[in-house]
Amino acid sequence: MKKLLPKLREQTARLLIVFAVFIGVVLLVRYLLPPSLKDHRIHIQTTVEREMARPVRYAGSDLCATCHDEYNLKKSGYHKNLSCETCHGTAKEHADNPAEVKPFIPRNRDYCTRCHAFDPSRPTGFPQINPAVHNPMKPCVTCHNPHDPKPPSVPQECQACHAEIARTKAISSHVMLECTTCHEVPTEHKITPRNIKASIPLEREFCGKCHGTQSNVKETTKIDLATHGEKYLCWQCHYPHMPEVE
Amino acid sequence: MTQPLHQMLYELLKQSTGFIYPNEIEVHWGILVVVYPYLTGLVAGAFILASLVKVFNVKEVQSVYRLALLTALSFLLIAPLPLLLHLGHPERSFEIFLNPNFTSAMAMFGFVYAWYLMVVLLLEIWFTYRKDIIIWSKNEGFTMRWIHKIISLFSTDISEKAVLFDKKMVKAITIIGIPSAFLLHGYVGFIFGSIKANPWWSSVLMPIVFLFSAIVSGIALVILIYMVVMPSRKQEIDMACLDKMASFLFYAVIVDFSLELLDFIHRLYESEESIKILSDLVVNKLFISLGIIQVLLGMLLPLGIMVLIKLFRIDAELRKLLYFVSAILIQLGIFATRWNVVVGGQMFSKSFRGLTTYKMELTGIEGLLMTLVLLVLPFIVLALLIKILPPWEHAPVSDLEAVSD
Amino acid sequence: MDRRKFGTKLFTLVVSGTFVGGWLKKAKAQTTGYDPSKHYYGMGIQINKCIGCGRCVEACKDENNVPREPFYFRTWVERYTIKKDGEVTVQNIDGRVNNPSENISEKEILRSFFVPKLCNQCDNPPCVQVCPVGATFKTEDGVIIVDENRCIGCRYCIQACPYGARYLHPEKQTADKCTFCYHRITKDLLPACVEVCPTQARIFGDLRSSTSPLGRFKRFNKLHVLKPFLNTEPKVSYSDLDGEVR
Repeated sequence: MKKLLPKLREQTARLLIVFAVFIGVVLLVRYLLPPSLKDHRIHIQTTVEREMARPVRYAGSDLCATCHDEYNLKKSGYHKNLSCETCHGTAKEHADNPAEVKPFIPRNRDYCTRCHAFDPSRPTGFPQINPAVHNPMKPCVTCHNPHDPKPPSVPQECQACHAEIARTKAISSHVMLECTTCHEVPTEHKITPRNIKASIPLEREFCGKCHGTQSNVKETTKIDLATHGEKYLCWQCHYPHMPEVE
Repeated sequence: MTQPLHQMLYELLKQSTGFIYPNEIEVHWGILVVVYPYLTGLVAGAFILASLVKVFNVKEVQSVYRLALLTALSFLLIAPLPLLLHLGHPERSFEIFLNPNFTSAMAMFGFVYAWYLMVVLLLEIWFTYRKDIIIWSKNEGFTMRWIHKIISLFSTDISEKAVLFDKKMVKAITIIGIPSAFLLHGYVGFIFGSIKANPWWSSVLMPIVFLFSAIVSGIALVILIYMVVMPSRKQEIDMACLDKMASFLFYAVIVDFSLELLDFIHRLYESEESIKILSDLVVNKLFISLGIIQVLLGMLLPLGIMVLIKLFRIDAELRKLLYFVSAILIQLGIFATRWNVVVGGQMFSKSFRGLTTYKMELTGIEGLLMTLVLLVLPFIVLALLIKILPPWEHAPVSDLEAVSD
Repeated sequence: MDRRKFGTKLFTLVVSGTFVGGWLKKAKAQTTGYDPSKHYYGMGIQINKCIGCGRCVEACKDENNVPREPFYFRTWVERYTIKKDGEVTVQNIDGRVNNPSENISEKEILRSFFVPKLCNQCDNPPCVQVCPVGATFKTEDGVIIVDENRCIGCRYCIQACPYGARYLHPEKQTADKCTFCYHRITKDLLPACVEVCPTQARIFGDLRSSTSPLGRFKRFNKLHVLKPFLNTEPKVSYSDLDGEVR
């Protein structure tokens, strides 16, 4: 050791000492620190445990079923896919303390129109109404049981669920046509709409009944079925609910 | 504490155009994150200028060598401040050193910074000044003598061999220092350039553009400091030195401009999906900061001035004025460059369908006043350093001066 | 037994003892009864079913204590309206307020739909890659979580997320985002947003299980993910996703 020192320049020796001290301090501090500060696996473990321990606010529908009969009523109705808490809000506290904490019970129209007011971006087939004209002064629950919301009557038939199509058709040249003119609708369609669907015309001659040159109907545009767009079915080009020509 | 923030955000919500993801309304990296690359850029640039002397033997620039080193050090010391102030939890910043995530470019900050500060800059300054400090400390008052003694690590050897060793070390450290300076600022460019989510940032050129704009700003800064400090000490400005620095500045600006032009042309030519919203961004939100300040005032005008100086014979006084003006314009331009990259990249939505605004406050941690303080602080540190380690006095030692620097 | 052999034996004993002790410690930590290695979570979203009611947004804020202001969302819903002239308008549906399409006449609409968005819990997450202190990480069951005790609030992860899923919590000053309601799914509950969705547009489950709603979803739909070209490998898949969705 002593033989090395004279070989090192004075500057280098001093610098080496400074660096050695610095590195020594760094290593010492690292060694002295508890593993909870250094070990990444401990960080992950504590974080996961902390996340898992967070309070639950929504109880989940299964839990509601243990006490409430309405669940069974809901099971076969149009609202069967809704969770109880979709309308009633968070219910975990109520499940833990049923006597004292009660969940929210929506009675206001605003609550139902949130989902059921007409909105053009909503998918077709979803029941929508115009809240301004649909019994505007009555709470929805007066006529519709929220746990089994069968409509009391459906004067508007198809329009109740296919509002957008109806509205589009209402300003088109097909306004006078009933939906059932072109579509055969089995009664089951109103009960399991995605399973049993209405039919659509599958022949050109169907539209030809009104639009063919042989047709007796007076107000329609006439085309020669033999030559006009012969490869295609009519609705492959013309949108039947708004049949523009261009 | 969150109330004023929310008030501001409600207003910004009204000012955003098109569609932005709802979480994007808050601009996360504000003026403080603009200041940080600006400061580290100056460090890298000043160091590169200093390295011209030691590695490339550009003799004319010798007189600013030490000044450039001190400038680099003073800016380097202040550089972590804007970062620290910007963090949500600055008290946890040690985690970057203790538990760095090695896939993160930002985690490299701690190590690159420490390396550059200790192994490059401090060492180089130490070796440059060691002989002089030892000699100075012999004739000084109490405080200065002890400061110098401590800085010199109580070294006493000023023999010819020792001094030669010092010079060799300086050269060696500068050689290591150049790529280290590239790394110090290049990694900042990589922090932005590696974010694939943001097409304004994501580019291979980003670290390179950052580096060259850093070199430009660093050289311009040293020119400015030189031109202010010399007259204030009633000393003559060495025109050969100034002209040489301006020459290097000129070449650096040309390269920087070409790189930025290349990026611009490349974007327009490839015309990727983001081109529409980015054009919208540049024309509507960044017109002044990019078109006017960064390009016109910060690059084209100084370039034009320096071309004129190269082409025509202009007398020294006018040249000095032109250099001074160019250097200031360049500082503005490079600051605007950082702004356009950092803030510009957050003013358009990642949905490519909308633009938002950034409002800088006057007071508060991310305010204009704090920014000005951060920009002035390095100069205060520099003044202090100049007092302790004067860059223009070489200690008078009779025969040792004969050894060429 | 000479000293050397004894020393080796002692050394082996100590080392193996440490390993066993460490293993025992790990086993003890699993007292919660939940084994993350048996799950790998993902989500499916059916665009055709979303009615844009925003209950998911509200429920998420309720369950996870997300600040109520419209600048912090763990999940949100976007409304897309594509006009006949090709112009696309996108709006954010704030959980509480149903925003009607502004200034877009129904007649001009070609397609319109809602797109729920949330953290995609990517398998190749750019946010985890860029966190300087490793505060955000992927759990064994595939969920990306933020350690709020380690996050330094540098906001790099927020910049790196291509989907805008992250935000800075204004009070905690740490990054925050959807965790798939980790505290719920580890107790066999559904995430809050899935729980309250009235149309079951959101489907949550184990990606490795084929007998689950998610399994059926993956079998019967052409699946899309957001920004696939960025190779983040999102675990949230969409069916019927329109090309205009970003």
